Amino acid sequence: MSDSGAVTGTDRAFRANGVGAGRAWSVHVQGWLLLLPAAVLLVTFTHLPVAATIYHSFFSNPRPGRPAVWVGLDNYRSMVEDPVFWQVLGNNLWFAAGTIPLSIVLALLMAVWVNGRIAGRSLLRLAFFTPTVLPMIAVANVWLFFYTPGYGLLEQLTGLLGLPSHNWLGSRQTALGCLVVVTVWKEAGFFMIFYLAALQSLSPQLGEAAALMGASRWYFFRRVTFPLLMPTTLFVLVNAVINSFRLVDHIVVMTKGGPDNATALLLYYIYDVGFKFWDQAYAAALTLVLLVILAAVALGQFLLLDRRVHYQ
Amino acid sequence: MSRALETAGAWLLGLLWALPLAYAVWTAFHPAEYATRFTPTAPLTLVNFANAWAAAPFARYFVNTTLLVAMILAAQLGLCTLAAYAFARFAFAGRAVAFLLVLVQLMIMPDVLIVENYRTMSRLGLLDTLAGIGLPYMASAFGIFLLRQTFKTVPKELDEAARVEGAGMLETLWRVYVPLARPVYIAYGLVSVSYHWNNFLWPLIVTNSVQSRPLTVGLQVFSSVDQGVDWSIITAATLMTSAPLLVAFLLFQRQFVQSFMRAGIR
Repeated sequence: MSDSGAVTGTDRAFRANGVGAGRAWSVHVQGWLLLLPAAVLLVTFTHLPVAATIYHSFFSNPRPGRPAVWVGLDNYRSMVEDPVFWQVLGNNLWFAAGTIPLSIVLALLMAVWVNGRIAGRSLLRLAFFTPTVLPMIAVANVWLFFYTPGYGLLEQLTGLLGLPSHNWLGSRQTALGCLVVVTVWKEAGFFMIFYLAALQSLSPQLGEAAALMGASRWYFFRRVTFPLLMPTTLFVLVNAVINSFRLVDHIVVMTKGGPDNATALLLYYIYDVGFKFWDQAYAAALTLVLLVILAAVALGQFLLLDRRVHYQ
Repeated sequence: MSRALETAGAWLLGLLWALPLAYAVWTAFHPAEYATRFTPTAPLTLVNFANAWAAAPFARYFVNTTLLVAMILAAQLGLCTLAAYAFARFAFAGRAVAFLLVLVQLMIMPDVLIVENYRTMSRLGLLDTLAGIGLPYMASAFGIFLLRQTFKTVPKELDEAARVEGAGMLETLWRVYVPLARPVYIAYGLVSVSYHWNNFLWPLIVTNSVQSRPLTVGLQVFSSVDQGVDWSIITAATLMTSAPLLVAFLLFQRQFVQSFMRAGIR
């Protein structure tokens, strides 16, 4: 007993005299050593590529026997003059304007339904969430079949209603809308679970009190539930915005950006320019535009987080 | 009245959401002539699956995807655990800045850096390999963040008790932190596996042979090359590709939903 006490005593004295400094050093060394493997990969595949994107966007496209040369802002000049770029940017804004509010509203609606005492709610939750775990590339094939002119399911339905035949994915007016539907279908159930979690954490007494005071369910939702869900809404919003610039798998399957680039989104255009036309310099300039957009989203999230969203 | 209306609305939406999968199941399990004719008496068949399986090297694609997903997950768990431990419990110089630099990857995911990462892979000689597909995702900012939050909630006393017993740094991590974070590991693992099982654009760019193609790319190559109109076979292949995840999801539904929830709420 007294022995072990003595050991601890020496230990403490030992640390106080000089070895303490050694320990402080070792904290830095150990910390960085633990971080090192992840840091190497992160720098190699995130930070350096961002820097290289900026750098390469000021050079011409290297070709066999013709190395890249400094061209200044030429790539950006051709970007400004490239009508396809502006069209793609416009498409992406429409795509965002379509998918973001629609998927958020539907996710909230689904969560409220599944959270309440609705008949068959576990089946409903299953139906809503399943698209989240399916590969986009696989379900895009099914949706392609859906939209097929002539005998696809949509055509059969509109045919029953006596409407004229329409090539949904082949028409410039409807193709992008078709992709919006697929995207909303894919991500609404994913967003639903965050609303569901938030709803379940709300105190049931709030609702009871409101009911006692005779507030309608809609009034209660509008004035109490929805404001309390604000942090969740912000979280979902940021994800929906990022997704609207990141999800392009279904384009590869369903439209390849057509007809006449009507469904090409920014990342898809980068893929097209970089890996079909092999103009990697122009693709770098386009990537930078995408990076700026994502940085703006990050900044917006950062600024918004402090304001308006915290009610607790 | 309004309750009934709401229930009807919910069910309508639910049906709409289930429709694509139901449609795929119908087409895949019936002969081609019933692909677009919904006769309840149509005979069931597995011939579409047999045809799809024979028409492309799906066995190889399955092996590739399984290896890829396992490799990425193993690396993520290892790397993120170490880094998260550093951020949670070591007040090393530059920690705040390093953490901020890690968080950059939450916004700028490898998915958007395809052009430069392709250049890097070609320089490393890793084009058309599983390592080439997986490497950009192995150090996951998301995983580091998630585990750091968890490790910070571990009582310091437990850590110190292990040290007093003579456990070294890594032993403490392994014996104290990792067991306590098990639910988070499961959540992260499920999300990571679903993400990489389904990932498409980057593997499409990096691979160009059967040897390294994952299922998603294989499915795309298969369904775009002159299978054009044979929807029965394409939907069979589609279901085959999604089956492992779908079955796992149906079996462990609650676990999946909770994992996605836990992983999302930061």
